[in-house]
Amino acid sequence: MDFAFLTKYGGFFITGLKFTLLLSITSAFFGLIIGSVLAFMKMSKSKILKLLSTAYIEFIRGTPLLVQLYIIYLTFPIDLNKVNAGIVALAINSAAYVAEIIRSGIEGIDDGQMEASRSLGMNKFMSMRYIIAPQGLKNVLPVLGNEFIAIIKESSLISVIGVTELMYNTTNVRTIIYRDVEPLAIAALLYFIVTFTISKLLVRLERRLNVSDKSK
Amino acid sequence: MIKVNNLNKNFGKLHVLKGIDNFIKKGEVVVVIGPSGSGKSTFLRCLNLLDEPTSGSIIFEGIDITSKGTDINKLRQKMGMVFQQFNLFPHLTILENITLAPKKLKKMSKEEANEMAYKLLDRVGLRDKANDYPNSLSGGQKQRIAIVRALAMSPDVMLFDEPTSALDPEMVGEVLEVMKDLARNGMTMVVVTHEMGFAKEVGDRVLFMDNGIIAEEGTPDELFNHSKNERTKNFLSKVLA
Repeated sequence: MDFAFLTKYGGFFITGLKFTLLLSITSAFFGLIIGSVLAFMKMSKSKILKLLSTAYIEFIRGTPLLVQLYIIYLTFPIDLNKVNAGIVALAINSAAYVAEIIRSGIEGIDDGQMEASRSLGMNKFMSMRYIIAPQGLKNVLPVLGNEFIAIIKESSLISVIGVTELMYNTTNVRTIIYRDVEPLAIAALLYFIVTFTISKLLVRLERRLNVSDKSK
Repeated sequence: MIKVNNLNKNFGKLHVLKGIDNFIKKGEVVVVIGPSGSGKSTFLRCLNLLDEPTSGSIIFEGIDITSKGTDINKLRQKMGMVFQQFNLFPHLTILENITLAPKKLKKMSKEEANEMAYKLLDRVGLRDKANDYPNSLSGGQKQRIAIVRALAMSPDVMLFDEPTSALDPEMVGEVLEVMKDLARNGMTMVVVTHEMGFAKEVGDRVLFMDNGIIAEEGTPDELFNHSKNERTKNFLSKVLA
């Protein structure tokens, strides 16, 4: 193996990684917001909201991200640039999974918590905000973290519409230097460093949040 | 203080409360007893609308809490509730459990709320637990904290839903002590319980519920020693045996 090309083309990987992180973080952020809204729609008493949310979740989870990406990039009436199309597709896709994660987190909290909170005179929103959500979020944090890691990996698909993220730039380098092994090895290593770091950080965060579970 | 008129509650086809009428006076300790499934917990939970009555009215301090326009959140602040399963908030410290509602609802400052919380903790002998989390407490301690949490809103009435039923036997006493202390200090209380000793000693009035109605009511002496109702006698003979 020969990594001499890095002196000349290393920048491609750096740029690629930056775009990968930009795509992932932005779409995870919007995915979390849309997903939360969907989760509350699905838990609401309104049949219409429930139906809309369920239909969205089932459709998104039942079709490939690649198809969703092309639909958004090629057929949407609004002219999105490549990066925005990528972010929209990833966010819309991830929202469906986040919605189910958040719903399971909230439904996992004992009914007594809501009752105790309401019995003190706190309204539904305050009870959610101060009692249910913090506990639910803590319970699903590991799963949400895995979802973020999944987004980072899936963002490699965005390369097909020409966004210069890590995978796209790796292909560029491969075609320039006529070699496959080394650029792919570098790409894999970079993805792994990012995801591994995040999963380690999550473990630490989880441990910090778990102080209240420990008996003395 | 609380007037209940022809209260009915259905869960689907199940008719759980069949026309309850009662009047709870200020400062009175009303103990509700009866076999499981008789509707006593549902009755209690209707008083602060945790269960919504199917029909009938509940007048609390002159306000019909069952009518549509009533701000139930405001009224619940005046009705403390203690649950069988404690329902402390596990992600908050004991101090935060107690001060959260007063801070958020009564706009109490942190210092004010903490000072009040420590006073209440002293009253139940748990000051040293202030900064612990609920999971490090015993059942009896949890329930005493749950009582303090409800008291922190300075309610006019306290509702107890089988407060000692989930406790190990050796911890029942410490919780009953706190409740007796409350009663001595004039708190209006409605207590659903299986503790007949408590009913006899502290109750001003005992309601015997059976099959969705108040089958008999009276002073502890009237019910426990001179009951005129066959079902009451039958129930008491079983639980006191």
